[in-house]
Parts: sequence; C-alpha cells; structure tokens
Amino acid sequence: MKFRARILVSLKEGVLDTQGKAVLVSLKNLGFDVVEEVRIGKSIEIVLSAGSAEEAEKKVESMCEALLVNPLIETGRVSLEAIG
Amino acid sequence: MNASVVVFPGSNCDRDVLYALGKIAGIPAVPVWHKDPVLPEDTDLVVLPGGFSYGDYLRCGAMAARSPIIQAVREHARRGGLVLGICNGFQVLTEAGLLPGALLANSNLEFICSPCLLKVERSDTPFTNAYPEGTLVQFPIAHHEGLYFLPERELQKLEDNRQVVFRYAAADGSAGAQHSPNGSLNGIAGIVNSSGNVLGLMPHPERASEKLLGGTDGLGMWYSIKSWLEGGAR
Repeated sequence: MKFRARILVSLKEGVLDTQGKAVLVSLKNLGFDVVEEVRIGKSIEIVLSAGSAEEAEKKVESMCEALLVNPLIETGRVSLEAIG
Repeated sequence: MNASVVVFPGSNCDRDVLYALGKIAGIPAVPVWHKDPVLPEDTDLVVLPGGFSYGDYLRCGAMAARSPIIQAVREHARRGGLVLGICNGFQVLTEAGLLPGALLANSNLEFICSPCLLKVERSDTPFTNAYPEGTLVQFPIAHHEGLYFLPERELQKLEDNRQVVFRYAAADGSAGAQHSPNGSLNGIAGIVNSSGNVLGLMPHPERASEKLLGGTDGLGMWYSIKSWLEGGAR
C-alpha cells in the first residue's frame, strides 16, 4: 500500500523563533493588531509504501528520529493518509 | 602529527583551514571527502570546516552530520582524538550529538559578517593552551545561524562543567550575553565536550591567522593544538 505522510515540524515552546517574531512585527505593521503570537514551522511530505498504516507510521517515526526532527529544539507531528 | 580536514558538498573554508594548518602552523593537513568511510590512518586532528554543507537544507549541519565520514569522526573522538568544528563544522558537531546544544538563527535575523572580540575562558584545553586564561582575541564571524541554544537546566550544567571555552566579549574584558552579536545564550561562542577533546566554535580562527588578512589572534589555536600533539602542553 502507498501512503502519504505529513510531518509538521514546530519549534518547541521556549525556543526563540526569530522568523516568527519578525513576521509578528510585519503583521502588526500591516494593521493586524489582533495578532498576539506567530510561530513558524515546516511541513514535510513523504510518499512511502508499507504493508499497513501502523507500519508506515512506525517508519516515518523512525525517519523523524534519524534525521527530520531535532528533539532538542523541535517536535514533529505525523499524520498519514492512504493513497492507494 | 597529522590533520584531516573534512570536505562536505558546500564546505567553503576547507582550503583556508588546510592553508592555516599546513602553510602557517606547520601541521601537515589533507582534505578528506565526506563519503570516505574512514579517516587517514595517522590522523591526530579532524577539522570540520565552515561553509554551507548541503546548502543548509533541513537544518544547518543536519545532513552533513549523517555523512559516512561522521561515523569515523565519532570513533576518532571516542578514542580521545582531537576534533575541531568551525562555524558550520560546529553546527555539524551539535547535529551529530558530539557536542550539546543547537545553533539557531541569529536574533537580529541577519547574516552577520564582522570581526568579534572573544574571551578565552579556558586555557587548559588542547585547542587553547597557548592563550593565558582571560585573553581577549579577535576572530571574525560569518553566519546566519549562530545563536547557541541549550535548555536552561542543561545550560547550567554546561557552565558548571566549565565547557564554555570562548565567550563574546567587549574591549573592557567583560563577557556574556550582552555582547552576543547573534543572541547566543550566555554569550557562548565556543564549547568543548565533557572530556575536552572536541571543540566547536562559530568564529573563524583560520581567518585570523595572517597579518595580511587583518589579524593573527587565531594562530594561538593552531600552536595550542601543535604543542598538545607534540606532548608539550599536557
């Protein structure tokens, strides 16, 4: 089976997000006074084949551990969909 | 006494380091391609040079830290061999888990290219024994991700273990976060591992090794390493 995994990588709370800070200032300058906080992360999409959804999720989790997420500063949230 | 300078795709300070080691300090140095699974047999010092390995994709140093050569560097470090990571090389060492912490984007969001004053906090390391403790040196920095980060409790442990070797400073000798050009916590510019044989720093000693290039404060690092390897500094 084929799966598409989406990994949402976010900076952990307490880790300074300079990009988010700059974007916050820009949004405020544009008049969006309601904005209180901006955090910027990244989204990684992976298409993979695996025998089952559980197996696919396990594989993606180990990819996060091996390379995609630095656990000192980031968290990764995995979501999965079967695509055939 | 031999040095190996690892070359990753995107390294751009490898030649400067080879020149500083070989031509200025008199430490024979050879380049080693990142895909090599082993280091030259007689390697005493490994240098991970500055640059933009793998275009800084994903996270600075992340992909380089998973290169074949890194397993050999890890083994070299485990045996007590010297490892020096400069700028991107420092980022690679943290990503490889050979040094604690992470380097985040500079707090001012700018690429900073500027001479920097640093305080040498320790003169009992293989890399800094030629500098008396507290010496102020000027090395240039050139980076976008140089904000040293470690969660508070671990940062305290790092300080308690005296693992901070270089700290951003001012001409009056004061050093600390207030002098970080990049927002680095506690003004940290360079650290060693707990056994002291792996050092990473953001500033570039190889760019401060010749008068013609604006200063020679970096020479002390090469001479420190040399006398350590010759056995004179221990």
